[in-house]
Amino acid sequence: MAVVETKSLHKKFGAVAAVDGIDLETEEGEYLVLLGPSGCGKTTLLRLIAGLEHPSDGDVLIGGQVVTHLPPRARQIAMVFQSYALYPHKTVFANIAFPLAAAGVPKDERPDKVRWAAGRLGIDKLLDRRPRQLSGGERQRVALARALVREPQVFLLDEPLSNLDAKLRSAARDELKEFQQRVAITTIYVTHDQVEAMGLGDRIAVLNEGRVQQIGSPNEIYHHPANTFVATFVGSPPMNLLTRDGKLLGFRPEQFLPVAAVGERPGQVVFDFAVTRVENLGSDRYVYGHLPAVDPEAKVIAKLPSTVTTPVYVGDRVPFAVGGGDLRYFDQQSGARTDAGEAKVTP
Amino acid sequence: MAAATARTVRGKIALYTLAIAFAVLAGFPFLWAALTMFRQNADLYDPTHNPFVLTRPATFSHITDLLKNTPYLQFILNNLVIGLAVVVITLALSLPAAYALARLMGRWGERIGIAIFVTYLVPPTLLFLPLSRLITVIGLQDSIWSLVIVYPGFTIPLSTWLLMGFLRSVPRDIEEQAQVDGYSRLEAVVRTVFPLALPGIITVVVFTFTLTMQDFIYALAFVSSSSSMTVSVGVPTVLIRGDVFYWQSLMASAIIVAIPVALLYNVFLGRFIQGFTLGAVKG
Amino acid sequence: MTVAQRSADEIALGPRRERFLLDSDRLLGPALLAPAVVYLLLVVAYPLVLAFLYAFSDVTTGSQSLHFVGFQTFIAAVQDPVFLTTLRNTFVFTALTQLFVVLFSTVLAFVLTANFRGRWFVRFLVLMPWTTPVALSAVIWLWMLDSIFSPFDWFAQLLGIVPPGGHIVFLGQSGLAMGSIIALQVWRVLPLATVILMAGLTAIPADVSDAAEVDGAGFWRRLFGITLPLLSPVMTVALLFGIVFTFTDMAAVFVLTGGGPGNATQVLASWAFYKGINGGNLSVGAADALIMFPVLLGLAAILLRIASRAEVN
Repeated sequence: MAVVETKSLHKKFGAVAAVDGIDLETEEGEYLVLLGPSGCGKTTLLRLIAGLEHPSDGDVLIGGQVVTHLPPRARQIAMVFQSYALYPHKTVFANIAFPLAAAGVPKDERPDKVRWAAGRLGIDKLLDRRPRQLSGGERQRVALARALVREPQVFLLDEPLSNLDAKLRSAARDELKEFQQRVAITTIYVTHDQVEAMGLGDRIAVLNEGRVQQIGSPNEIYHHPANTFVATFVGSPPMNLLTRDGKLLGFRPEQFLPVAAVGERPGQVVFDFAVTRVENLGSDRYVYGHLPAVDPEAKVIAKLPSTVTTPVYVGDRVPFAVGGGDLRYFDQQSGARTDAGEAKVTP
Repeated sequence: MAAATARTVRGKIALYTLAIAFAVLAGFPFLWAALTMFRQNADLYDPTHNPFVLTRPATFSHITDLLKNTPYLQFILNNLVIGLAVVVITLALSLPAAYALARLMGRWGERIGIAIFVTYLVPPTLLFLPLSRLITVIGLQDSIWSLVIVYPGFTIPLSTWLLMGFLRSVPRDIEEQAQVDGYSRLEAVVRTVFPLALPGIITVVVFTFTLTMQDFIYALAFVSSSSSMTVSVGVPTVLIRGDVFYWQSLMASAIIVAIPVALLYNVFLGRFIQGFTLGAVKG
Repeated sequence: MTVAQRSADEIALGPRRERFLLDSDRLLGPALLAPAVVYLLLVVAYPLVLAFLYAFSDVTTGSQSLHFVGFQTFIAAVQDPVFLTTLRNTFVFTALTQLFVVLFSTVLAFVLTANFRGRWFVRFLVLMPWTTPVALSAVIWLWMLDSIFSPFDWFAQLLGIVPPGGHIVFLGQSGLAMGSIIALQVWRVLPLATVILMAGLTAIPADVSDAAEVDGAGFWRRLFGITLPLLSPVMTVALLFGIVFTFTDMAAVFVLTGGGPGNATQVLASWAFYKGINGGNLSVGAADALIMFPVLLGLAAILLRIASRAEVN
């Protein structure tokens, strides 16, 4: 039984459909990431699951129960907001105990539960502090402890890492993943950062314009994108797309390497690469240019690791190659993958 | 505009001159009243004496006379009772209304908020006649409770508008977090939003209270016996007995009220300006 | 049972109607708003309607019932010999007061937003005319403008304007009386207008003025070219507030002069009071008061348009 299910979920704000028919089923204990650009509906979807918004149509089920018209407190969920929403006028202890009070847990039982939750997040020493005295990372842990203490069926996290400094972010990301694996509670996580998504998710649902474009493991999303949106949204720099013979041809920058470096591989396709710019970033070199023989308009990027030392200069025309199995084909009108079979798409 | 500092000597002189001039113009009447308050009769009523110097020693007799032999203290007591009652009624009605307008009503909220504020602009001089008749019909004429009922008519609009701004300044996340944590929306608001908006609520309390002290026309129209009068009405009517003016006591009666109220306002002025601009800016 | 399960069960088992109201945003909003709206309808809207009814009737304090008489009451009110004087006085009073208030409050707002030693004390003094209940400050002015013992007589004698032992009868001569009332009103309204302008000033970002300074604009050019134009919406609001307030105010007149000498300082608001309360003629009083209404409606409309334009910003 899926912990969280949505059935034909729709949400309109005036004339705009923020969520335009989403069917979703989580897997037990998984870390599901909702990924997409701003305005794609991922936060709205999360809020619909939480009960902070009412759907225009469709249903939400949690733990097999239809919760579509139930308020948040009846859904057995816990949520962490982008700002962490710690109650500034309460101590850390009181923050974590807050859901216990709401549920009517007797006062003498509360300290034990609070200490248990705080212990699992390593913040037992902070219980007497107030939120303003905490660092960003500590605040995240308090927010998670408060969520944990409810022993919910699902955690809902709304971009909790966005407010942290870049430096803190990867450490906090580590902690989050490790925490989730320890408590093994199904987690739905919203982000626009595809690196975060790839690093954290067991599965990623890529959203755009209120619909799920693709749902699958990071590997599937990355290597077998269901359409051009997924192909170009995930991966940095994005997948190269060229028009050839009325079809869209795609390959990833790191798969586009100089023939001089990779030699002759069976099945590989060679292109004449006209170089217009080279960026040396230390660990990689980005080579910008175009393929005059195929699609002179399309900008193409190649990502060479520093281990590939082939000299490439601006103005050169160098033969570059892509492995045959690395090529992807998309329909020019709809953007959908045409060499299907390997892509999982949710309609 | 950040607080500018006059950088030229000319600028500094201009600034201080203007500041002093305004201070004198604003404060002179109060200075005059304060001087008068302590003057003996023989000193005061002698036109040859320099009015700015106490030629005879200062006396407290007029003040004690005011407090002991006039209904002044009763007036003040009435103001306190009325003020407190009106604050309670106002908060009870405008706090929920302000929350509803700030969070629950969307675009309608803006419009209704403005409509409520506009009722503040309906002048008492238009309403006092029908209200005085209504008061008589209910049987509350000549009672302080007539004022307790009528004053919220102008304190509620102002409080609601101010509170809307203060409530909006509490992040929405906090309310929603409390709901997810297990409270209904109403409980969430009472437990998280109101405590966080407390400074704003206190400001509104102070303002409502001082507003009730300001009214003149309703108190004048509804109340005629001195035991039910407020300071505003009592001082110019009862304390000025016929043609005899006990000026020193009169001045004392004004100063005793003026100074605490001004102090209160001054303390809360910063917050008031905040609330004013918060209410004006879309949340 | 987990904590989450506990609160979920509570909902499932709790009374359905309560759950419905407490959690239904659509119902909760109006429910919370209703008490205040009802109260205002009863205490403001209903009397307002009554005021209209009175003005079109012949009701007095002794009347048992309301008889509709069309425009008769208005005609009677307008034909009263004093009426035109009160009308004229009201406009003069309002216009002159607001003129001075706008000028002084603008200057004062700049002064009070600048940093200087003793600013707190100056602010305190400047606020007092507004915060003190009007009746009390009017009594202070009454004493200050006394025909025999006014300190201004002392100054006037010192300056030679008046012969030694001479007096200025501030409240007894119609011109001076009107001037005194205007002075009191300006003194009283100035703090409010200043506070509104101060709020507006603090909202102006410093960069605009700084950029102008870097570009070489001097103090006066920055003032008139940048700051004042940016301030003008707030000034308009303060002005309109002041006009609405002063146009309908009667306290200053009532306490200082009672409308006198003769009816030289009577304004519409105070006249309505005399007619309605002292004279017992509710209908005429209401009619007099209602004549202020068209002016007020016009001003309210302007205020609303400014308010909605400000929201767009």
